[in-house]
Amino acid sequence: MFSRAYRSFVTVPPLTWVVVFLVVPYFLMFCYSFWSVSQSQIIVHIWNLDNYRELLRVPVYWQTLLRSMWIAARVTLFSLMLGYPLAYFLSFYAGARKDLYYQLVIIPLWVSYLVRAYAWKTILGSEGVLNTLLQYLHLTKHPLEFLLYSPFAVVLTLTHIYTPFTFLPIYAALEHIPRNLVEASQDLGASPQQTFWRVIFPLSIPGVLTGATFAFVLSLGDFLAPALLGGPSGIMISNIVVSLFGAAYNWPLGAAISLCMLVLVVSLLFVSERLEKKWSFS
Amino acid sequence: MEFLVSTTMRKDSRPTWLFAHVVAVFFFLYLPIVVLIVYSFNGSGVGGFPPRDLTLAWYRTLFADSAIWESVANSLVVAAAAVAIALGLGIPAALALDRAHFPGKAVFRRLVLLPLILPGIITGLSLLMLFARAQINLSLLTIVIGHGTALISVATTEVFAGLQKLDRAQEEASLDLGANYWQTFWRVTLPNLKLPIIGAALLIFTLSMDEIAVSFFLIGRDNTLPLEIWGRLRRGITPEINAISTIIFSFSLVVIVLWYRLRARAEGSPEIAAELIETPVQGD
Amino acid sequence: MLSVRNIAKTFGKNVVLRDISLEVAEGEFLTILGESGSGKTTLLRIIAGFESATSGELRMGGERLDRLPPYKRRVNTVFQHYALFPHLTVEENVAYGLRVARPPENDIDSRVEQALARVKMTAHAKAKPSRISGGQQQRVALARALVKQPKMLLLDEPLSALDANLRRQMQGELKSLQREVGISFVFVTHDQEEAMVMSDRIALLRMGELEQVAAPREIYNRPATAYTAQFIGHTNLLHGEVRSGILRCNSLSWKTNMSDGSALLSVRPENIRLHRATLKSSSDDAVVFRGKVKQKAFHGATELVQIESADGLTLSVRTASQVELQDELEWEFQTCDAVPVRESPERL
Repeated sequence: MFSRAYRSFVTVPPLTWVVVFLVVPYFLMFCYSFWSVSQSQIIVHIWNLDNYRELLRVPVYWQTLLRSMWIAARVTLFSLMLGYPLAYFLSFYAGARKDLYYQLVIIPLWVSYLVRAYAWKTILGSEGVLNTLLQYLHLTKHPLEFLLYSPFAVVLTLTHIYTPFTFLPIYAALEHIPRNLVEASQDLGASPQQTFWRVIFPLSIPGVLTGATFAFVLSLGDFLAPALLGGPSGIMISNIVVSLFGAAYNWPLGAAISLCMLVLVVSLLFVSERLEKKWSFS
Repeated sequence: MEFLVSTTMRKDSRPTWLFAHVVAVFFFLYLPIVVLIVYSFNGSGVGGFPPRDLTLAWYRTLFADSAIWESVANSLVVAAAAVAIALGLGIPAALALDRAHFPGKAVFRRLVLLPLILPGIITGLSLLMLFARAQINLSLLTIVIGHGTALISVATTEVFAGLQKLDRAQEEASLDLGANYWQTFWRVTLPNLKLPIIGAALLIFTLSMDEIAVSFFLIGRDNTLPLEIWGRLRRGITPEINAISTIIFSFSLVVIVLWYRLRARAEGSPEIAAELIETPVQGD
Repeated sequence: MLSVRNIAKTFGKNVVLRDISLEVAEGEFLTILGESGSGKTTLLRIIAGFESATSGELRMGGERLDRLPPYKRRVNTVFQHYALFPHLTVEENVAYGLRVARPPENDIDSRVEQALARVKMTAHAKAKPSRISGGQQQRVALARALVKQPKMLLLDEPLSALDANLRRQMQGELKSLQREVGISFVFVTHDQEEAMVMSDRIALLRMGELEQVAAPREIYNRPATAYTAQFIGHTNLLHGEVRSGILRCNSLSWKTNMSDGSALLSVRPENIRLHRATLKSSSDDAVVFRGKVKQKAFHGATELVQIESADGLTLSVRTASQVELQDELEWEFQTCDAVPVRESPERL
């Protein structure tokens, strides 16, 4: 339905921007990962695989990566466990108040991530709200140390951040399920539990996959929560990258790790997309 | 009519454990926010329970703090610019994806949407490398570019969804009546996209105001608000941060409520019209 | 079989059903007929269990049906848009009701096979619903409901999404299926022709109340109200006055047993014929009058003709004879074909 002029008008500007500010930077990152840095902090443009060898050789890198993936996995699991029943309730039981509940879930997203992480810090610290509350109620005598500066704090905070993000696609998927399918299932004799597991859940799987992917990928790459709340035991892979671009000045190594992360994330997205297609029936 | 809503699962039949779960989740989601607001008024600072001395001292300190307000100004400028860029590129992108056919469309789609799902650090770092090679100094401009790049995907997604809901027959009627493609676009298509565009603008503005992961790497001398806050957090916790957060939160809340009112009012007519068209098919 | 007693339903301020009472006999094909908004779908959903009545009760075989949730009722539904599970194959869809039963039924596979064979869908057993046509989906929905051997089958406008020819074919198939299976079918539709073709009895619903419940022939020939007469088939409504045994309607008059007062009569277009000059003219049994042909509509075997008499009375006539526009002809109808009907009360 379109003239040439129209078509170029809508495709050329975004395409140009995307090429200049996405494709070229990724390509640069790719290049950097094969260079190295000299003693005097100059980037040396000799192509080699040193960075990658370093990553494989030195345990701290892949250990941190594994720890990051483990943290991300837990965040994903907990966010789903919190978000799914929430979405299910809103979609099937909330009736006229549905919109109101939905807005209530969305509102926390409007408070900055940084600020919410900071708030958790004030809650979990040894002088923080939770500890003083527990002591006030005489439930504990000494502050609980593990609450802050630990992987626990990171998982807790990230779960808090990403639960609305798992909620959204699951809710959308549940809303999409025609209600007459639920009625048909009941009509044929299935109890509400049977209806849920045989009809509702299978049809909501694409939403679950989207939410899970989102939570996992973004948790994996997060550096703020670990920096604020993780302590030495809660360092994640992105923190290492940040220091490599900062004080530890080794851009090529940082680029190599980033590239690995990029590849990992893109592969995950690819797998997730495939699975979603397999599970969508419309 | 009620055909569209499941009445098989009614309020009186909802499982208690499910409702309890929902309440618990809401408690979890709102706990930090409530703590934040409450302790912004707490005389003895951020820790400790129960909160004592009700005071506005922190707000007073906040208002005297010029560095924070400078960063707020910077953030506003950056956010406005980011909205302009993201919409300016996102609307055409959405149109292209919805209607045009061209080679590499699938790749284009993925590229545009990629920053949405990618951790900000990757977008930020890759742009940093670009600016370093091109020897562009880091400044608010580089942050604007970063935000724009990251947020085009938001604009595209929202506008695309709006386009899908659009009734093609309206555009065809316009063409039939003698308007050309440009006129149809300005007089028919764009007005129908008003809501998704405003929604996208609000969302992009908010995300830009909060953005830290990408900004972290692209910051020059001038801070945006989140970076200013981050800097102070490194130095130690002060309840001033609670105060500024409470202010911003209240502001956002007002904006959301207004936005929902606006949308409800605007969607009043077209939504009802759409339902009217659908229901005769269902019977009663 | 099913006893509907004083069922009423209100949604908020909206009264959708008022005091509906009805008996569905065993093995009968009953159609609930009505326009959009008449409450017919609501009534069906109450029987199925997806809505609860505001008052009244349902009984099946003497037991209270309305106290049971849908999955405990021995009633199954064929939904308007079939509601086939998109993630299951045709076979799995049909087996669903047997699998969720507690305890799970025996011979699931053979029963599914039989059910599919009965609706002629065996070849598509392993297909997913998105791959088969609307008509085929409908058969699967039927098989799925019938395989559970319910006491009664509810059908919510199952044919409305099909095109005209397929619809006619399915009407015949559904009718013979019902005979074969032998259980009661409660069928909801807004199409009066469909209702007449398929039903043993029709329950005409208007604005939440039953206008008339009778066999098709009875409803057609002896409509109880003006609404019934007009909704089912075409009719002419004549307003007249009865005085001392004579009914006057414009310039027409004839002898009648009706009591004095105003009267409303329904005369079907096919009962008005061209007057053949015979030995009798204007006897007590027939009313003869002149009418000019104002409009014609060709309907294949017959024409539907609008005639206008000298005093302005306009009538529709269905005739197989050829007439031309502006022809001034003599027409007649038998007085017994002028059926008195009640005025339907205005309902808010």
